[in-house]
Amino acid sequence: MDNANSLIHVRDCWKSFPGKKAGGQVHVLERVNLDVNAGEFVCVVGPSGCGKSTLLNIIGGFFKESRGEVKVAGAPVNGPDPRRIFVFQENGVFPWLTVEENIGFGLMSRPAEERKERVTHYINMVGLTGFEKSYPRELSGGMRQRVEIARALAANAEVLYMDEPFGALDFLTRIKMRTDLIRIWQAEKKTIVFVTHDIEEAVQLADRVLVMSRRPATVAEEVVVNLPRPRDLDSPGYLAARDRIFAIMGMDVHGGGVGDPK
Amino acid sequence: MSRFISILLPLSTAAIFLVVWHSLVRLSGSDLFPTPMEVVHGIRELIEKGLLLKYIVASLFRVSWGFMLAVLVGVPLGLVLGWFRPAFQALNPMIQILRPISPIAWIPVAILWFGIDDTAPIFLIFLASVFPITTSSMAAVQNMQLVYLRAAQNFGVKGPQLFRRVILPAALPQIITGIRIALGIAWLVVVAAEMIAVNSGLGYLIIDARNAGKRYDLVVAGMVMIGLIGLVLDLLIRQLEKFDEVKWGYGQR
Repeated sequence: MDNANSLIHVRDCWKSFPGKKAGGQVHVLERVNLDVNAGEFVCVVGPSGCGKSTLLNIIGGFFKESRGEVKVAGAPVNGPDPRRIFVFQENGVFPWLTVEENIGFGLMSRPAEERKERVTHYINMVGLTGFEKSYPRELSGGMRQRVEIARALAANAEVLYMDEPFGALDFLTRIKMRTDLIRIWQAEKKTIVFVTHDIEEAVQLADRVLVMSRRPATVAEEVVVNLPRPRDLDSPGYLAARDRIFAIMGMDVHGGGVGDPK
Repeated sequence: MSRFISILLPLSTAAIFLVVWHSLVRLSGSDLFPTPMEVVHGIRELIEKGLLLKYIVASLFRVSWGFMLAVLVGVPLGLVLGWFRPAFQALNPMIQILRPISPIAWIPVAILWFGIDDTAPIFLIFLASVFPITTSSMAAVQNMQLVYLRAAQNFGVKGPQLFRRVILPAALPQIITGIRIALGIAWLVVVAAEMIAVNSGLGYLIIDARNAGKRYDLVVAGMVMIGLIGLVLDLLIRQLEKFDEVKWGYGQR
């Protein structure tokens, strides 16, 4: 897809970090091209350590690309922006604030009444009613991720960058979080870029899945998942999309063996 | 049952300790070193003379001032050093050289500068506690989890707001730990300082009881009071760790 009007627009993006050897460079990203339209739910999958998280950090403004063009809403990315909020795998909820204080964190410049209203609204939306005065240490991992998502929504972020947000959660919680995230995304009409190493998760969530290659990584292929939601995980369409991604990543699910990705 | 044991065990240890102490004094036939009972009489004598309360107040007064000044200087200084790399590079080597100098070594200098009054011990207590407070505040900022900083930056929080809303609360648990260690050191130092630099306080009580008539019952009475007050101070400062805003920093208890 080549779309000059896309919300997130990455062209020929390279990223290398200083290596352990003097003067050495570790090339993480090479020639990455990516477009995300407003309102889309895009997942980025790839082998662990491939640089998908680095890519998200570049788009989010926490890292600077070594070379190439990274634009969001038509402007080059220069650092993080409150209109586009990152949801961290290791959970960026502030442990010294209560649930409602966390969710109101990005609303300090708003009038108290509006703040309270928005906080209450999003506490309800993520299903944390009754836990307003709780501290993060009193919550489960899944509840803490809900707080972080609500914090981003309350601040009226247009885009959510989610970096393996459910990676540390147990299986059942992860399934529930996916369902709830889709419900919230449909209600709020946000744009979501979601990084995960879990192929099933990507196919359950995304409009499009971008599959990255090994390091130095580039976007190897794009798989469009044109299936109605809520998705039937036994439907032929779902299984086809899943197996397609497995194949791109070099895993033959039907042959039973793991092929060489090269 | 376990609660009963948790009270019984330390009490038995104390009882055995007192019995052994008493027997050893009796066996040695020493007429200088007191038995536990003589120490109790010593404490009563100090109370009756009105000295005990007076000396405790004097010592606590000095510790409070020296320690409070150290918190007021050490916490902001540590936060700044932990956050601004050039400030750290400029000041940290100096701090690390001054830090290992025992406050006791400063006593002659303190007397030269401030004479024999409350200022000298307050200065010594300040010196003893300001370094652990500064160092722990500094380390707290340097070890802060990057994700909190990133999240705050993402919401556009910067400058003094970033300090007040994120850096300080993120560092607070470790700062409190530093403060607790510093108070322990301050209480050690006040006794030493009072032995030399002033003529009141629990440290003075000990050295005076020894010099004026070898009253070892009063010496040990002074030591017991120092131990008990040190315990109370630590219990009080530990209450800071119970606030909801900092509990997260101390693991599951």
